[in-house]
Amino acid sequence: MAEIKFTQQQDMLRKAVREFVEKEVKPVAAKLDAESRFPMDIFVKMGKLGFAGVFVPREYGGAGLGMTERAIILEELGRHAAGLAMALMTHHLGVDAILSYGTEEQKKKYLPDLAAGKKITGLAVTEPTGGSDVAGQLSTAVHEDGKWVINGRKCFITNSASAEVNVITARTGEDAKGRPAFSAFIVENSVEGFSPGREEDKVGLRGSSTGDLLMNGCAVGEASLLGAEGSGMKMALALFTKIGRTGMAAIGLGIIRACLEDGVKFAKERVLYGKPLAKLQAIQFEIAQNRIEYEAARLMTYNAVGMKEGGAGADAEIAAAKYFATEGAVRAAKRTMDLMGGYGVINEYPVGRYMRDALTTISCGGTSHIMQIIVAGQTLN
Amino acid sequence: MGGFHIVVLVKPVPDPACYDRVEIDPATGVLARQGMPSVLNPSDRHALEEALALQERHGGRVTLVSMTPESSAETLREALAMGGDEAVVLSDRAFAGSDSLATARVLAAGVAKVSPFDLVLAGNESADGGTVHVPSQVGELLGVAHLANVIRLEVDADGGVRTRTRIENGYMEVEGALPMVLGVRREINTPRYTSLMGVLASLEKPIRVLGAEELGVDRARVGMEGSNMRPGKMSRPSFRRKGERVKGGPEEAAARIVGILRAEGVLG
Repeated sequence: MAEIKFTQQQDMLRKAVREFVEKEVKPVAAKLDAESRFPMDIFVKMGKLGFAGVFVPREYGGAGLGMTERAIILEELGRHAAGLAMALMTHHLGVDAILSYGTEEQKKKYLPDLAAGKKITGLAVTEPTGGSDVAGQLSTAVHEDGKWVINGRKCFITNSASAEVNVITARTGEDAKGRPAFSAFIVENSVEGFSPGREEDKVGLRGSSTGDLLMNGCAVGEASLLGAEGSGMKMALALFTKIGRTGMAAIGLGIIRACLEDGVKFAKERVLYGKPLAKLQAIQFEIAQNRIEYEAARLMTYNAVGMKEGGAGADAEIAAAKYFATEGAVRAAKRTMDLMGGYGVINEYPVGRYMRDALTTISCGGTSHIMQIIVAGQTLN
Repeated sequence: MGGFHIVVLVKPVPDPACYDRVEIDPATGVLARQGMPSVLNPSDRHALEEALALQERHGGRVTLVSMTPESSAETLREALAMGGDEAVVLSDRAFAGSDSLATARVLAAGVAKVSPFDLVLAGNESADGGTVHVPSQVGELLGVAHLANVIRLEVDADGGVRTRTRIENGYMEVEGALPMVLGVRREINTPRYTSLMGVLASLEKPIRVLGAEELGVDRARVGMEGSNMRPGKMSRPSFRRKGERVKGGPEEAAARIVGILRAEGVLG
């Protein structure tokens, strides 16, 4: 078994991303959280540097890299601004939907602007009637006079207010066994009958916008159908795993690292009983636990991403990494708050934000319960 | 191909994030760099940015030249990820311990090796040495006009140059023509971030290594042997604290403490 070792290219990439994040994102992260604001200006800069289209082939304007490089970017962003990382993660969901399932015409039409960060996208599946219950969607798309007319309401959709290009699933009929069949559509936000709805006031990940999408007689051309008719459910589930859960694992990993690094810094600087906190064994246990969980989450995340990239199924490994990294982020934030004592609950320090961000990652891309069901299912089968 | 050939002098320096690990050899007064992670000298990034902006405007070629141990050459790869067409590393045991003039001799030989050049840009000073000698010394050795402390630079397509340099209490504007050697200050621009595409491209860019033989430098005029400047005596301030117990009643103790503070110059 070989160690997980990054290539020279990946190390250089991480350094470049870290420099950008420390200079451009870290200084405004607390403000974005306080104002619950998605920073379009920073997203545009990230687009120019290749973050928005990291895995998009160069022929469509991307950097032509892969999912490991994407995970590195999300970890580095998640280290200081998990909310903004969430917005980028979701953008990648829409990008990969078009890249993996789109026609050549759709790829040429949409990917260059999405890869360059000039336009934002996302994936809208969840409805008031269910998120993890994908089959519970009630939105419909009816084929009439050469157009698809979409009606319904999506909720908890990341990038709802900022996406110009939306990938939306809707019920388009029934399959041979009488079960509901879903299809995916590319819907531009300028289409009549389409509009973003209310925005949510979230506990964490507030550097991304989350809210409703409303389709009221929203008519799109046949060229807007993404993938084969009836393939929407399969597509959504595949994207949740390949892009969504790997991305959430990487963001959780970034939060754990934030808790670890900030905890170490505080423990070295804060003097109690005449010596730094770091000299106290009880504090060392907290630091050790954070380090151990970071190491474990790191190995699980990059291993699962690497397996998927190598063509393996990896559903259980990805679900396990998402589960462990996001739950681990909550535990790491709690430990860092504990070791900081009273300062841990003062908002001048970012650890409270790390805790809120960590808690919010758990429901994104499938809850911890769903992750365990996937792991159990794969294990028992 | 139109445009200019711009040479940027760059230097890997110890990572400022690791300054607490810096050690100085007490015998030679030279920084012990072994094991220290290095980064591109901060003001050199501004020189590179200026070169890249000129390349975008006028076309041409950007070559990075660095006197550094071969082991630090990967820092140049990071510079190439920001931009530039190739890098030349000037590395030889004979160069070790060079003062600023000996360094300038090596760098001038390196620039001559990649000549013809139109413009040499360098950071005004290095984060570790900080002498602000090298750009002007290189200019003298190459026999071309040179300026340090440049805070604004305009170059016309025909090679006309207008610069603004920082001087005490103001600035000075200087006009001239290429070729030139210019040392730039950080306020001249904001360096670009390295893009993912830049990282990818850098791995394809050539890094050549040239030693004393290839450069044709006189070994007696470089390195420790060729350096006239020697670090002076060094001392390390003591950060040790000593405690003193003050005995007596509150008023007596307070008076004694005030007396100690006055004697130490803490109280006027």
